[in-house]
Amino acid sequence: MVLNKIVKLGGEVLQSAVPLKNKSQRCASHFVYSPDSNSTIKGDRTKMNMFQAINNALDTALKTDPKAIIFGEDVGFGGVFRCTLDLQKKYGKQRVFNTPLCEQGIAGFGIGAAVAGSTAIAEIQFADYIFPAFDQLVNEAAKYRYRSGNLFDCGKLTVRSPCGAVGHGALYHSQSPEAYFAHTPGLKVVVPRGPIKAKGLLLSCIRDPDPCLIFEPKVLYRMAVEEVPTDDYQLPIGKADILINGSDLTMIGWGTQVHVLKEVADLLKEKHSISAEVIDLVSILPWDVDTVCKSASKTGRVLVAHEAPLTSGFGAEIAATIQENCFLKLSAPVVRVTGPDTPFPHVFEPFYLPTKWRCLDEALKLIDY
Amino acid sequence: MAFKTSLSCACNVFFRHFSRTTLKSSPITQPKFPGAKTSWTEKLQFTEPSQYTPIPVYRVMDRTGNILDATQEPQIKDEILLKMYKDMSVLNVMDKILYESQRQGRISFYMTNYGEEATHIGSAAALTLDDLVYGQYREAGVLMYRGFSLQDFVDQCYGNSDDKGRGKQMPVHYGSKDLNFVTISSPLTTQMPQAVGSAFALKGTNKVVVCYFGDGSASEGDAHAALNFSATLECPVIFFCRNNGYAISTPVNEQYRGDGIAGKGVSYGINTLRVDGNDVLAVYNVTKLAKEYAVKENKPVLIEAMTYRVGDHSTSDDSSAYRSPKEVADWATNDYPTKKFRYYLESKGLWNGDKEKQLLEQTKKDVMSAFSVGEKKLKPKWTEMYEDVYKFLPAHIRKQRDSMVEHLKKYKEHYPIDSFQK
Ligand SMILES: Cc1ncc(C[n+]2csc(CCOP(=O)(O)OP(=O)(O)O)c2C)c(N)n1
Repeated sequence: MVLNKIVKLGGEVLQSAVPLKNKSQRCASHFVYSPDSNSTIKGDRTKMNMFQAINNALDTALKTDPKAIIFGEDVGFGGVFRCTLDLQKKYGKQRVFNTPLCEQGIAGFGIGAAVAGSTAIAEIQFADYIFPAFDQLVNEAAKYRYRSGNLFDCGKLTVRSPCGAVGHGALYHSQSPEAYFAHTPGLKVVVPRGPIKAKGLLLSCIRDPDPCLIFEPKVLYRMAVEEVPTDDYQLPIGKADILINGSDLTMIGWGTQVHVLKEVADLLKEKHSISAEVIDLVSILPWDVDTVCKSASKTGRVLVAHEAPLTSGFGAEIAATIQENCFLKLSAPVVRVTGPDTPFPHVFEPFYLPTKWRCLDEALKLIDY
Repeated sequence: MAFKTSLSCACNVFFRHFSRTTLKSSPITQPKFPGAKTSWTEKLQFTEPSQYTPIPVYRVMDRTGNILDATQEPQIKDEILLKMYKDMSVLNVMDKILYESQRQGRISFYMTNYGEEATHIGSAAALTLDDLVYGQYREAGVLMYRGFSLQDFVDQCYGNSDDKGRGKQMPVHYGSKDLNFVTISSPLTTQMPQAVGSAFALKGTNKVVVCYFGDGSASEGDAHAALNFSATLECPVIFFCRNNGYAISTPVNEQYRGDGIAGKGVSYGINTLRVDGNDVLAVYNVTKLAKEYAVKENKPVLIEAMTYRVGDHSTSDDSSAYRSPKEVADWATNDYPTKKFRYYLESKGLWNGDKEKQLLEQTKKDVMSAFSVGEKKLKPKWTEMYEDVYKFLPAHIRKQRDSMVEHLKKYKEHYPIDSFQK
């Protein structure tokens, strides 16, 4: 192919003139992914990464629900993250299709399809590009049932969107906008930490009677691999998971950050003999106040970490709720380790993230408070 | 009730003035509705898209660089013609090398401009430096023609200390205050209504605003807002659509129906041109006309440049998943804009094989040297991250920065501080 030739030429020139030194450093990720070890779902399992698990969930939805449709930008050929791979081939263009490039259109179309009886599964290509759809989601989807006295609803709408840091995404391929939507009564918002969760949560969202948003940490699509149950299953929305039991402090995160916190818990245990409890919040709206407050009351020290900026991040809501419910049980103020109040920068990403070292630093201060 | 009384009042007035006889004596030949200026019809029928003749594609050259109508050959000085050709070639070489550098993990991302060189250079050559440019991202040639150096390109792609954007954005998000090129932003189509606002602000200054966008981006709500605002508020803006057939994997027949992007222009009441985007002379002519008109009339123009995206969408894309290599090869060999322009220059005796060889060798050297210089430069100081969120660093961000400084004192071995300026 002509193009290949052109490009190859560039490569040869480049390689001979500027020898490569440290190629892999750029993409080194800031955490080590750890698969779920004790998932209790029964039945056969297959090794899948997270995009395959999502693909499997979408396949399950199309198979079990003849009214299910999947649409969004570039979903026809499998989506830019391959989550809809081969689904159009399998189910046809009437059920899995490209839309024109317009997020407000995708959301509005999805709402309308749901209102008229379809199970509408929309993809917004990046969470950073969900904002043109903000009006449709916040003013329309969220309020459909309420404003019509339950005459109409769009509960059959699910919006999937990749979120979070990937190492080089910069301002517009890295954001975690869950807090904007958590401020919206009527929506449900979940974030999976890996393939097993992604499949179960996505199927729950699709079948939930209210409109749901699922933000999928894009860095996990390929990296996160688990033995995923092949049967149809659902995991609860609104329920947090305690991933590591501990007694000295509680660390709360969701999505990618859960893996950072698990590493921090290991470091705390090995280097400092501190026993940390790690909670994956899983569901941002509604969220599991009981599990969180029980743990906070037990340990008396809480760290919340998320990639999104500090001010009005979802950590603020968690901290406020904990101090309201557990005030007398706390030995220290709840601490938040988050992205700073800046846009998400390109080359400075290593300094932006709530890294395991920042979390460790703050956890140790919390213990010494 | 007040409402009822006023209503019956209104009715009295109505019947007094509009009796049947008055209506008969003053026949109305044209509908008077404020919403449309048109005629009446008693025929019930659709207006079908098929009844409409699509806007033709304006061209100057054929595929082998022959001028088709001598009156249409632009009178461009030889030195400008050569600059145009040189920039198209340099753009091509830069693309090859930066694309490959991403493949080797040296930069994080890249987007090539293959196949669209004539849309960039032809339009850039018809503008002046004080015209304001809003790009989408695949317009590196426009910036190059205006004087952005190879070093500027490389520095931005590395996000090093000489990157004018201070390392904040992904590669190819160029910007230059000196060259009146507004910094690229990833969210699509946001630049379109902004360009209209700028054009409004620049009315009467003999400058135009030029706004580039893709066939995919034209589907966003912002595109509608921009076209409609520009028409109603009468703003000197040139909307320049690069219709390259695809938006990532989505082909144009899944993006729109009807007569493309140009077809929309007319329905917004905007003077519209459709042009062969692979014919640099034709692109030059339409842009020149557009600018003259926009400045003189303070009105918008829409240009739809028909072309083909020969490269993958970006380094994150493999286009063989959605289009055939044959289709790509056909455009790359049979109607490549740089080649077509070269034929033209050769026929004028301005170019030959030797010059071509020399240019390519020199350009490769130039790009490589910019490259190795750029690769060696450190990134900006990491605290740059907190700058320019606001004009002045607010207390809460200062506090966050200071606590990161403290953190790094203890944990610096875990951060890549050596790659950043001290
Ligand atoms: C609001 C928004 N939605 C989605 C994207 C992701 N995206 C980046 S480029 C692109 C396709 C754009 O196609 P087109 O406008 O035709 O320009 P081309 O790439 O062909 O030059 C998409 C969907 C984005 N950047 N912004």
